[in-house]
Amino acid sequence: MKIVVCVKQVPGSNDAKIDPETKRIVREGIKAVTNPFDTYAVEEAVRIKEKIGGEVVVLTMGPPRADIVLREGISVGADKAVLLSDRAFGGSDTWATSYALAKAIEKIGGVDLVICGKQAIDGDTAQVGPGIAAQLGWPQATYVMEVPRLSEDSIDVKRMHEDGWDLCRIALPAVLTVVKDINQPRIPTLRGRLAAQKIGIPTWTAADIGADSALIGLNGSPTRVVKTNPPPAREKASMKLDGTPADSARKLVHELRLRSLV
Amino acid sequence: MKADTEEARGSFKNIWVVAESLGGKVQKVTYELLGAARTLADKRKSELWCIVMGDGVADQAEELFHGGADVALVIDDPRLGRFLDEDEAAALVRLIRKHKPEVVICGATTRGRALIPRVAVTADCGLTADCTGLDIDPENGDLLQTRPAFGGNIMATIRCSNHRPQMSTVRPRVMNALALDPERSGRIIMENLLETEKTNLKKVLEIFRDTENAVNLADARFIIAGGRGVKGPEGFKLLKALAERVNGAVGASRAAVDSGWVPYNHQVGQTGQTVQATVYVACGISGQIQHLVGMQSCDYIIAIDKNPETPMMQLADVAIVGDLFEIIPELVKEIPGT
Repeated sequence: MKIVVCVKQVPGSNDAKIDPETKRIVREGIKAVTNPFDTYAVEEAVRIKEKIGGEVVVLTMGPPRADIVLREGISVGADKAVLLSDRAFGGSDTWATSYALAKAIEKIGGVDLVICGKQAIDGDTAQVGPGIAAQLGWPQATYVMEVPRLSEDSIDVKRMHEDGWDLCRIALPAVLTVVKDINQPRIPTLRGRLAAQKIGIPTWTAADIGADSALIGLNGSPTRVVKTNPPPAREKASMKLDGTPADSARKLVHELRLRSLV
Repeated sequence: MKADTEEARGSFKNIWVVAESLGGKVQKVTYELLGAARTLADKRKSELWCIVMGDGVADQAEELFHGGADVALVIDDPRLGRFLDEDEAAALVRLIRKHKPEVVICGATTRGRALIPRVAVTADCGLTADCTGLDIDPENGDLLQTRPAFGGNIMATIRCSNHRPQMSTVRPRVMNALALDPERSGRIIMENLLETEKTNLKKVLEIFRDTENAVNLADARFIIAGGRGVKGPEGFKLLKALAERVNGAVGASRAAVDSGWVPYNHQVGQTGQTVQATVYVACGISGQIQHLVGMQSCDYIIAIDKNPETPMMQLADVAIVGDLFEIIPELVKEIPGT
């Protein structure tokens, strides 16, 4: 089975602090990491390969230094990596991104399954996975929490919903997006780390994947961000209750009543 | 992507809401969207259409009129009793091409976030995810979409001026539903699922509905969430008792989920769910950044912890210093039953 995993480089959040004035998270000087949901996608692909054989290709679109997230994928068992990088991709929204990734998946060729993380933690849109499926005309399953069965021409997946889950059988080739519950990603081995250092990663440009220049970057993006603002600051005056449990409970319920919340 | 000409854009009209109907019931988020879309339609002096696809949904049209819709566009097909994204997307794309709406909005639920991106790509439309604010230019119909990004750290305003329709998913619990008006009525348009839209790419084999948790995180007005400080599954029973008291849902930090105290579908935060409750009670949750990004948009945050210095206690509107095992039972006693 040939599996492509789409990964994204995002700003990490481990070092972030809270601004005491605005009570919002400060995100300065933060290093880039693999989008957390994508690590589960890579792990699931490698597990499928280990079970039934095949090949795992990690794919990302980004600046040249985004090869780091591809090398992380190699270190935990992916076989090949492809970096899509071209100034022409700059400014792509989710429509243009899913188009470029779909063109790259077509160029990789012979792909049975594409796995993405549920969403990236920077944009939080969850649109690129289903977007790729639509571009390719393949079926999709989102919020996948388990892959209980796999055959040559179909895959069974459990999809998480607000009110429970459903189990579906999907024809291959298909696109999945996965949630954290699906597995526990492994730690890279020394051998994996060495392989990640050594591997040659091809960089594909827009021309390499035969992308229509009208459909990538800003040209291919129907949406435009016209403004960004900080969100309204939270009320600064917090109330601290440190009396007896009964006293604190009474005071809190009083506050809730004042706001008609209970 | 070639911009639509001004003339072409002018041929699109009306605001569409894609309803979510589960187990024979129109979901709350649909009424919230009808409330928001009613304002948009009135500003544009156009009609509000509600699209409902499912099994046995024709009867729901009246309720949609009561909630603010002028037109109910219905596909009632036994096949759509289960969530088949491919078939629903194909049908919706056809309806969009036929009726040319100016705006299409849908709930940012697990189902909406699967269906609508597929529709937007196929119909060559712009799509903005998880909006928390919508406004429309009454002259040219441009939709101004506001959404949080970077875990709620930035609010971005997004436009899609050159393409129609303009599509958004909208977070549950941010828009206000109208008071249901039983006097309101409307026009019903029946459509069918075409044979070519029955793709057979997906079969739903089994459905599990979580009946133990009557209220889910996305719909909850109150969330009672626990972290490491709750110490185990027994502690979560205490949280559940408080949640039931206020008709709320139980949430959890990653630490509590990874310890196996509570299932993953309760996890709030970066690798769990983003929630928008009115009241969020964080019990024994220190407040790592990854948790805060999932809940900092809640209106009123209460933290209970022995340690007054944690990030969560700093962020909270009310910080209660003390033992949650003593405080929560007192709260259950104090809060009047619903």
